[in-house]
Amino acid sequence: MTATLEPVEQKLALQKRKNSQKIKDRFISVFIGFFALVWLFPILWTMYSSLRPYAEIRANGIFSFPKVLNLDNYVEAISRMELPTYFFNTALITLPSVFLILLLGSVMAFIVTRYSFKFNVAMLLLFTAGNLLPAQLVFIPVFKMYLAIGDLVGDRRILYDSPLGVILIHVAFQMGFATFVLSSYMKTIPKEISESAQIDGASVFTHFFRVMLPLLRPPLASLGVLMTTWIYNDFFWALVLMSTDKKRPITSALGRLQGEFVTDFNLLAAGAMIAALPTLIVFFILRKQFISGLTLGSTKG
Amino acid sequence: MATMTDRPKKPVRRRSFSGRDKVTLGFFIGIPTFLHVALVWFPAFATILLSFTYWTGIRIEDITWAGLDNYENIFFNTPVFWDALRVNVIWLFWFALIATPLGILLAYQIDREIRGHKFYQTAFYLPVVLSLAVIGVIWNFLLRPDGFVNGALGLPISEAVSFFGDDRYNIWVILTMASWRHIGYIMLLYLAGLKAVDMALREAASIDGATEWQTFRKVVFPAMQPVNIIVIVITIVESLRAFDLIYIIYGGSGGLPILGVLVFQNIAGEGASMKGAAYAVILFLLSIVPIIAYLRQQFREDVK
Repeated sequence: MTATLEPVEQKLALQKRKNSQKIKDRFISVFIGFFALVWLFPILWTMYSSLRPYAEIRANGIFSFPKVLNLDNYVEAISRMELPTYFFNTALITLPSVFLILLLGSVMAFIVTRYSFKFNVAMLLLFTAGNLLPAQLVFIPVFKMYLAIGDLVGDRRILYDSPLGVILIHVAFQMGFATFVLSSYMKTIPKEISESAQIDGASVFTHFFRVMLPLLRPPLASLGVLMTTWIYNDFFWALVLMSTDKKRPITSALGRLQGEFVTDFNLLAAGAMIAALPTLIVFFILRKQFISGLTLGSTKG
Repeated sequence: MATMTDRPKKPVRRRSFSGRDKVTLGFFIGIPTFLHVALVWFPAFATILLSFTYWTGIRIEDITWAGLDNYENIFFNTPVFWDALRVNVIWLFWFALIATPLGILLAYQIDREIRGHKFYQTAFYLPVVLSLAVIGVIWNFLLRPDGFVNGALGLPISEAVSFFGDDRYNIWVILTMASWRHIGYIMLLYLAGLKAVDMALREAASIDGATEWQTFRKVVFPAMQPVNIIVIVITIVESLRAFDLIYIIYGGSGGLPILGVLVFQNIAGEGASMKGAAYAVILFLLSIVPIIAYLRQQFREDVK
């Protein structure tokens, strides 16, 4: 393709361009490297501060040379902020939510891609669009419905102020996203697999659980990681649908703790680091799934 | 979705389902649809209807028709609405003109695998993993009166700049914090998109003598159409619905007025007024255009 009249001259010009590009790249690399350090600084500074006792900073200022660096703030944060309770609350909301989102999302995707009903596209559109509605738009009626259902069954806190209510709203919302992502993945799985399952006389139930579900492992893993971080990090729903602080997940609780421990900020820094730890661990261990999860909806087709 | 169009025209054989299969299908369709409609679509429509009513939120019988009163009240008698809208618009411009382009630029450079790109990539998307609650604590640590920034400026606590309290600074400080997360997110989306652009396309353009900028503008950028739409949707939606960060810093009252927090103040709690519903509808309408554009792109082939 490059064989023109003067191939040698062209090669030289290309070489020259490559060299100047190399120098430019070195510059860019240094510049972005500086930018990256600035980016990490807030996290590193908080981490460093969380290792120092507040008393020392009060006495000598934040730039003083550290005499003591230890995990005391962490130990104290865990006991004084009752972090284990809040972590338990988070798990109680996050794990069932993610499980149900993945299960119901793949069921729905299975139906709209494998069975040709007239309303397939409309169904998919309903779920995808629903996921994009702002949470604030649905809040008032959901809140009233939760209370009304509570009155109906005689236990006002069966949905409102209970993990169950928060789980249900997460599932209802995020299921739309899961359905959308899983259905675009399922369209890439050959139809023949389903057809042979049907010819073999597999029931719908077997077809889904034995044939399709095992094939969905890669997107389910990515989606699972993404949903876990989302729900772990969410605090709007736990904030508005729960009134008892002791039932709230760790991220919602952090807001209140910030007010309460305003005088011992290094303790709060340790608390924030502990709250960030699970997502950081998930991120570093399952980085591949996390990234493909975040980009799932965007690189379709 | 090439598989959809390549598929032979013959429709999937309609079989008569056995009784057990019918029950399974019923459950498979019924449970997710019921949950989704009951907790998302029904409440959304109910909120839209309620925004035209007066209701203290206790007994259904007490609902009375209000026409456009709630909206009139917001537009003409609630100056803070316009303050909030102004902040949201500044937020949108900041994201659209500064944060999003920066994310794209970073993605473009990191995609060329410059030295250290793996480390840079991790550094930039680390904030994306963190909860906004954690981000609030982290930045407060830098910006409080006895924090790092005031210390570095050499200001004693009595003269320290109140970055969150002072109206001259707070919006820019908060936009910086929001960008800290937004830039990494956009970079990640764009990186995935760039990986999908055929390398041969770029090389061909380069051999034809196109400069880097021309190659990006004329070849790479148009090839990224699907990602571009998603980036636009995320940029607009995140700017208009911003809530968490402000709530974490100011605790739901005072501070920087922003639509998301105004909605929260008017809908939360037992005594929610339907002015809150009207606020929520306004919030929804503001972000509806990019959402429809996004849905159109995703469903273009399906509808055909």
